[in-house]
Amino acid sequence: MNSLIWKIFYEFFKIGLFAVGGGPATIPYLMDLAEKYDWFTMEDVTNMIAISESTPGPLGLNMATYVGTDALGVLGGAWASIALTIPSIIVIVLVAKFLSNFSQNRWVKAAFYTIRPAVAGLIAAAVWNVFEVSLFVEEAGGRVFALKTFILFVAVFALMHIKKLSKMHPVIWFIGAAVVGCILKF
Amino acid sequence: MKEYLELYWAFFRIGGLTFGGGLSMLPMLKYELVEKKGWVDEETLLDCYAVGQCTPGIIAVNTATYVGYIRKKLSGAIVGTAGMISPSILIITILCLFLNNFLGNVWVQHALMGIKGVVCALMLNTVISLAKKSLVSPLCVVIAVAALVLALFTDSPTVLIVIVAAIAGIIYEKIKGDAKGKEDAQHE
Repeated sequence: MNSLIWKIFYEFFKIGLFAVGGGPATIPYLMDLAEKYDWFTMEDVTNMIAISESTPGPLGLNMATYVGTDALGVLGGAWASIALTIPSIIVIVLVAKFLSNFSQNRWVKAAFYTIRPAVAGLIAAAVWNVFEVSLFVEEAGGRVFALKTFILFVAVFALMHIKKLSKMHPVIWFIGAAVVGCILKF
Repeated sequence: MKEYLELYWAFFRIGGLTFGGGLSMLPMLKYELVEKKGWVDEETLLDCYAVGQCTPGIIAVNTATYVGYIRKKLSGAIVGTAGMISPSILIITILCLFLNNFLGNVWVQHALMGIKGVVCALMLNTVISLAKKSLVSPLCVVIAVAALVLALFTDSPTVLIVIVAAIAGIIYEKIKGDAKGKEDAQHE
């Protein structure tokens, strides 16, 4: 038995079971994995966020597919994605079968009242990691602040809050930023 | 068999045509499942969606599983989920096979440095909107800050932080319930 196959299954099964709050909630877990294994780096997570925002499908699934394919080859993507979704199937079928008013249950509501802010805090921490790997470049002499990327970030963030531009698809921002990055040689 | 194929294909379309997941998926779900297929009514769909949000896992997948279950029990849940995840698997697998050849290219590097700026902006927006939605009381603020500090400065496993937060919420509700019970008793 190849232990890597089962390790990937186990890790993504765990994410599927504990990432409460959908898409962005998987990012902290992915950052954990980047630290723990050499399957991918935090920088890969950042690239993956960009790819996920510009392709259909939820981030968690895209990331599972990416890691699986990278580590195990063509069928690895499907393998990791299936590992991620099995807990969903088990939990949802149990809820549908036995708990008719699950989302209205007093204790479920109570737990989510505090899970939501905790997840917000965890995501904020993960975003901090994204900032670190995006705004600093590793060079021979140590970490260098990527000033151009930082200026672009501030400019895009400001522009996104203009009403007319706020509904624009992320992929348009990515294409624009890629062009600017190439022209100004970021 | 035809019904399973239909179920698979409906969720395949939803998975393949929705960007961003989560909330942005609701209009597409409504169009496909309520208006076009009539498999569930809008209220049931919103219920499925609510359950999908407060169960672990990806919201899109959870909703697909739930609607599939309503249609065809366990086998429907599996077929619906398979349909939902197929487009992601296909698209990303193909992208990955090409992507690794491109990453070393110097122009791709320039482009990525630009793209990273946008990722930062998008993520900051995500955090702001999450904070607006979830920081609804002083207790929530304390928990969010605690989770942030623990995640940044300690090695606490993410899973543990989520579980502790859930327990805190349940204890808080219990204390609140007990206090209310006492108050009611005094009034009588």
